[in-house]
Amino acid sequence: MSQAVDYIRESSELAQTLEAKTKTDWLADFRKQRLNAFAHSSFPTRKTEHFKYNNLSALTRQSFARLAEADSGDIKLPELAEQLDADRLVLVNGEYDSSLSKLEEQAITFYRDANADQKDFILEQLNKKNDKKNIFSLLNDSLTQDGILIEFNQAQTKPLHIIYVATESAQQKTTFANCLIRVAANCQATVVEHFATNKDATDNSLFNQSTQCVLNDNAHLNHYRLHLEEEHTIHFGELDFWLDAHSQLNSFHVGLGSQIKRLDINVYHQASGSHADLNGVYLSNAQQQIDYHTNVEHRVPHCTTQEIFRGIVGGSSKAVFNGRIHILQDAQKTLAELSNKNLLLSNKAEINTKPELEIYADDVQCAHGATVAKMDETSLFYLQSRGIPKSQAELMLSFGFINELIDGLKHQAVGDYLRPILANLFEQAA
Amino acid sequence: MLSINNLVAEVEGKTILKGLNLEVKPGEVHAIMGPNGAGKSTLGNVLAGRENYEKTDGTVTLDGKDIFELEPEERAAEGMFLAFQYPVEIPGVSNLEFLKASIDAISKYRGVEAPDSVSFMKKAREACKAVNLDQNFLKRGVNEGFSGGEKKRNEIMQMMLLEPKLCILDETDSGLDIDALQVVAKGVNELRSPDRAFVVVTHYQRLLDYIVPDYVHVLADGKIVKSGGKELALELEKKGYSWLEQEVA
Ligand SMILES: Nc1ncnc2c1ncn2[C@@H]1O[C@H](COP(=O)(O)OP(=O)(O)O)[C@@H](O)[C@H]1O
Ligand SMILES: [Mg+2]
Repeated sequence: MSQAVDYIRESSELAQTLEAKTKTDWLADFRKQRLNAFAHSSFPTRKTEHFKYNNLSALTRQSFARLAEADSGDIKLPELAEQLDADRLVLVNGEYDSSLSKLEEQAITFYRDANADQKDFILEQLNKKNDKKNIFSLLNDSLTQDGILIEFNQAQTKPLHIIYVATESAQQKTTFANCLIRVAANCQATVVEHFATNKDATDNSLFNQSTQCVLNDNAHLNHYRLHLEEEHTIHFGELDFWLDAHSQLNSFHVGLGSQIKRLDINVYHQASGSHADLNGVYLSNAQQQIDYHTNVEHRVPHCTTQEIFRGIVGGSSKAVFNGRIHILQDAQKTLAELSNKNLLLSNKAEINTKPELEIYADDVQCAHGATVAKMDETSLFYLQSRGIPKSQAELMLSFGFINELIDGLKHQAVGDYLRPILANLFEQAA
Repeated sequence: MLSINNLVAEVEGKTILKGLNLEVKPGEVHAIMGPNGAGKSTLGNVLAGRENYEKTDGTVTLDGKDIFELEPEERAAEGMFLAFQYPVEIPGVSNLEFLKASIDAISKYRGVEAPDSVSFMKKAREACKAVNLDQNFLKRGVNEGFSGGEKKRNEIMQMMLLEPKLCILDETDSGLDIDALQVVAKGVNELRSPDRAFVVVTHYQRLLDYIVPDYVHVLADGKIVKSGGKELALELEKKGYSWLEQEVA
């Protein structure tokens, strides 16, 4: 057996190499501080609470020390690109691709081109990130040489479809990306973050991505994050939402299992009157892993959160859902609900669901529930009694279990796009 | 058509049906009445093939075929239909999708061409109309958020669409107001034909004012304890069941 790769050391060296040719001096202090924290972290083991259920051996089995590069080969965009009437921002292996992008209404700014105000905003926002527990987040910070700032400043705009495509050349390499979205006061925006692979890969690729969203007073953001990559993908994603007064967030997630897929989602209610809907479905099969860690922080009074995640776990796959709701002492009159339901399709599949409620205010309403169940026998019999063969009935019920959430989506085009993909997934699994 | 001989069946190790006999011929309507817990729903479940409802003795044939050789879906495709006492809610699966899957599967089993989408939609709309259900119900999840009466009407709607040869109705009348009862009865009466048979399980004689049976049977303690014509239902309505239980004992 070959020597295990020292992931921390290799990644730190990569960060230093990039620092030597930086185009964003003004971020150097931030990166230095984060790299320092990263380099002094130890690689997570089974005993590391935050990564307890993740098998990270794919990261030490082979090296990902090289960066993926732009690829101008033949790239097929996902069909949603045609179906959605939207502006389009395409990143191939993390690099902006101007020929595939179509930005008619929405402007973007690379960090390297930011003006003084934008620099201040970016720095302020990046410094707010404080997840010391997550080495992948620290590493992403350490590698923030550039990024994309997207500012929504109009009352309403077309949706923005951000497509992250990984090509074959991303195999055995790492892609880093990060973006900062700001919806200005009283503005409305729709953003679809869409992760796709161009072709089926034969070897793993590693993606480390971070998105920050700031919703100013009374802003509305409809957000979708679709993780539809094929299964050689290793993904560590971090997603933070900062909610100002009376802002409204609606964030919907779809995650297909892969080698390792770990999403950390944080919602910060930082001024009164904000509301967050956070919903999602995850599906894993074969030997895949999928992990959603959500953390909703109510820091101020009179904010509300509704969170529903559903998972279908089959084969010998492993799914994790960790839903934390943290209500700080000042956050009186909070209303927060969390539900996580899981369907286990096989005896070898594993689901770890853990709601964590931490409540330090006394006048709040907070509810949570988590269930793990097998296929409902009565429903199955009902379908069979109408002539539907058992195997097909099982597919219908599994799909129905998540379709309930898909039916509720605000943008029908997204639902119409997802349904056949998910239905097909079940048929393959059967 | 349906021939039940000395049927003994248990649920979770408890014997519920204790030697039941029933002969149903094409064109006939049989009513089965009896006290709560007598085994009426168990009979329907055993016939339709529900898991954990085990036959331990006796035979049941549908047009000469041993039903216990068939999966539940095969029994349905052979023309058996059970209208559930408690129809199941299945959120996320639309009524329409469910009905289409059902018709397609049954057509496939029978080796006939399934109706195309247009003619299927037309039939589905007609069936909705026949039982007074708004077309919107087709788009909703199966029985999801339906009232008790709507669920029962949905069962009849499915029956009309699938055109089974043996229809077993398990207390389809309970919980219905008089208007809904008439809708259900009308649906059944429209389907009555010389080559179709009905087994109507009911608690109340009032349904039998609308669906007039050829035979009435009393099921008590897992057996048919008395059979007669439609006048037996009236007698039961007046006297209850206890006199029969005494008579048997
Ligand atoms: N799934 C089940 N599990 C355990 N006992 C059952 C089940 N279904 C029926 N039984 C029992 O079988 C008996 C007959 O019930 P049922 O057939 O529902 O009666 P009826 O429909 O005539 O009121 C009752 O004692 C009931 O408790
Ligand atoms: Mg009953």
